[in-house]
Amino acid sequence: MKGVESTGVPAQQDLDDESREWLGRLAAVGGERQAAERELHARLVRIALAEVRRRSASTPVTGRELDDVAHQAAADAMVAILAKLGDFRGESRFITWAYRFVILEVSSKLGRHYWRHPPVALDAEQWERLPDRFGIDPASHAEWAGILAEIRRVADEELTEHQRRIFVAVVVDGIPVDAVAARLDLRRNAIYKVVFDARRKIRRALVVNGYLEEQR
Amino acid sequence: MSDMERLDRFLRTDPRDVGCEEALAVLHIYVDLTVNDQDAAGRYPGVAAHLKACGPCDEDFSGLLLAVTE
Repeated sequence: MKGVESTGVPAQQDLDDESREWLGRLAAVGGERQAAERELHARLVRIALAEVRRRSASTPVTGRELDDVAHQAAADAMVAILAKLGDFRGESRFITWAYRFVILEVSSKLGRHYWRHPPVALDAEQWERLPDRFGIDPASHAEWAGILAEIRRVADEELTEHQRRIFVAVVVDGIPVDAVAARLDLRRNAIYKVVFDARRKIRRALVVNGYLEEQR
Repeated sequence: MSDMERLDRFLRTDPRDVGCEEALAVLHIYVDLTVNDQDAAGRYPGVAAHLKACGPCDEDFSGLLLAVTE
């Protein structure tokens, strides 16, 4: 993986009116600032509630706990936004920058809350479900035996124990990346990198064995 | 898409992929460029490659996009 790049550095545009107004109100003193903070917090709560509902089908977290996640995410995002106001450089609208905090908080908190009622345990090693993970037609499972065996061989022989544990959790057992990250106290990026490297190794093995063509 | 094409798509890696940390660091910029139809993928090809491959980051992108366009 390589560093983030832009083919054109985003212009440091003048702030739009709405962003300038937010920054002015949040930098004010007394009632004006308090009103701005209340308004921003209310918006964060609304966005967080909408976001947890949008994701409700892909998390075991439900009902009241889901609403609690949203409120916690909004509260933590609010603290982070106020602490990092000085970091806002006007490369986006202020509200987009602020909402990013609450969206990422929702992801992180849903990852942690997964383990309160986990549908799959860490290290479950449900290799028999791997064909379903790849959406392979049950009628052709037998034809896939060689490919699936090769995937497992790479996991067993070419990944370290740590890498294999993460690959199995995410790809074989289908545990959400953020839940694995929370459980292993790692960042999402660390999990992604392990799976990224595993994908490369598995693909190389499948090419060597004639199952796939060389990547162009 | 056939089963094999789906597996191949999952296993293919893009060398431009910047990873989660760097993609999320500019997600707000990427979203605003998308909203304003300003060729976000062209300006940030590494982020575009990442969002194609990383379900959780793409979910964050979709959530933020929805939040600012509601």
